[in-house]
Amino acid sequence: MILFKLAWRNLIGAGLRTWLNVLVLAMAFILMIWGKGVVDGMAYQLNDAMTNIEFGNGGQLWMSEYDPTDPLTIEDSHAPYPEEALDRIAAHTAAPILIRQGTIYPEGRMQTILVKGIAPGQKAMDLPTDKIVTGPTGLTPALIGQKMADKAGLDVGDLLTVRWRDAKGTFDAREVEIVHIMNTVVQTVDRNQIWISIEDLQAMSNLQGQATVVALDEPFEGSPTSAAWVYRDIDYLMKDMNDMIKTKNFGGNVMYGILFAIALLAIFDTQVLAIFRRKKEMGTLMALGLTRAKVIALFTIEGSMHGLIAFTAGFILGSPLFYMMATKGYAIPGGMDDYGMALGNVIYGKYGPDLLIGTTLLMFLTVVLVSYLPTRKISKLTPTDALRGK
Amino acid sequence: MDNSTLIKTQGLVKRYPVGTGHFTALKGIDLNVDSGEFVGLVGPSGSGKTTLLNIIGALDAPSEGTVEVLGKNLATLSGSQAAKHRSAFMGFIFQTYNLLPVYTAFENVEFPLLLLGKSAEERKELVMQALDWVGIADKAQSRPKMLSGGESQRVAIARAMVKQPKLVLADEPTANLDAKNSHHILETMEKLNQELGTTFVFATHDEKVISYLKRKVTLVDGSIQSDETS
Repeated sequence: MILFKLAWRNLIGAGLRTWLNVLVLAMAFILMIWGKGVVDGMAYQLNDAMTNIEFGNGGQLWMSEYDPTDPLTIEDSHAPYPEEALDRIAAHTAAPILIRQGTIYPEGRMQTILVKGIAPGQKAMDLPTDKIVTGPTGLTPALIGQKMADKAGLDVGDLLTVRWRDAKGTFDAREVEIVHIMNTVVQTVDRNQIWISIEDLQAMSNLQGQATVVALDEPFEGSPTSAAWVYRDIDYLMKDMNDMIKTKNFGGNVMYGILFAIALLAIFDTQVLAIFRRKKEMGTLMALGLTRAKVIALFTIEGSMHGLIAFTAGFILGSPLFYMMATKGYAIPGGMDDYGMALGNVIYGKYGPDLLIGTTLLMFLTVVLVSYLPTRKISKLTPTDALRGK
Repeated sequence: MDNSTLIKTQGLVKRYPVGTGHFTALKGIDLNVDSGEFVGLVGPSGSGKTTLLNIIGALDAPSEGTVEVLGKNLATLSGSQAAKHRSAFMGFIFQTYNLLPVYTAFENVEFPLLLLGKSAEERKELVMQALDWVGIADKAQSRPKMLSGGESQRVAIARAMVKQPKLVLADEPTANLDAKNSHHILETMEKLNQELGTTFVFATHDEKVISYLKRKVTLVDGSIQSDETS
């Protein structure tokens, strides 16, 4: 306790030197938490949007030949609904989706798209599929995303010619009516595709009772009995996105590392300088009755207290910023979603206790270590040499 | 060791390594100092005064021989025991005052009491008493940089005396002071020696200090040349 009291007195007595170190460390602390909170928030938003909107919370069953990165596989990627999912499909907690390639002709131009058939009453994905129930006009209702609408110049009520090939390779075409335009942050359910009722698409393609993927709201236990289907869990489906987030995290961590290193350097420098300049003081402390170990502890506590003060200041100064980031968010420039990231116009920071406590602990332990390392020199210092300032 | 003997050294030798050989700073010192003495180790620079004072103060260890201070053989004490011994029984006064720069005069004097675990109330009372002894109570809240050399040394004396130790070791206490301040300091120490019975051991070659000593142990080249009591 005495050592803490003495360290505190020394720190306060050191005046400007202490406050400069504290300021640099507190700024590094705030920026680290702020930055990591933004990345965490972004990852959470991406994850949340993609699982809820694109995949379904329980992952998906894929027809075994389906490869979303290879358009040539789509033609043959269809199979009767998997046995294990029939109950869920009937209960609308699983959404069979049939994917076919097609062509549309908006404003006289030809555009290759994916035609996706989905059950209008499904509850596995957060899509407004209830809009594609066939209405009294008898036209096939279609749902498209805002980006698709902008690109193709389409609006609600527009009629659109869709051409496709059925299961036997015969070309066919029909008019569909745009009944709803959804505003979604997930580009993979928006760009270059239209959504219609799965029954309509099955009928159009002559693929009754078949699907390409089945989105699930709960994870699938075990493996499908049919070799035609494979289960892809959320980790698999999110792998590319998670890899991208990891890359972003790494880049961010490098920046925070540099920032933190600068702050630590300030403390390390102060400690090295203190041990060089305050030898006589150390000798005096020893002569007055402090053991060498206690002198080491005193200087280590002194250095570490920079961290404690900085973290306190960081929390006080940073809290309004973190609160604003978590509630009001950070407006990102339009077009960010063009990079394929399922982000809205605003990123909300995520400042959970794990981030706050984890970062504080990590920084504090590093500060203690950096404070301690230079003081090891004291263990070789004799009181008489110290008193002579040697 | 006699009850009244505070310091007893026998065959004390101190060697320092120099290059491949060594330099012998003390060459077999036999010295007894009784409780309440006002004694000086005098001699020219390099005669071994400070080395002997440091060994008596358990700040340094002898190469050979024994040192007993207050009945304790210092050679048998570990680093932390030596620190406790210094904290409990000894006070130090240095040529350059060695005040802790970021502390006020009050806090500097309070420091030894903090190490002894005295209560805040007791500390306040003892510190003010010590500052009174040296006539500097009005400077209690001043920091060392605001004090003159004489005032700084008086704070250092108060710090050495605040716990009323049995032994005060003073290394060239007047070397940085003018004559007026030197006399004032020495009178203060003499008064404390008489009133509190504290034993003072000086290392000095200052004639002003020597004139106040009751006993003068002259060292030359690491050996005691003379031991005179006035």
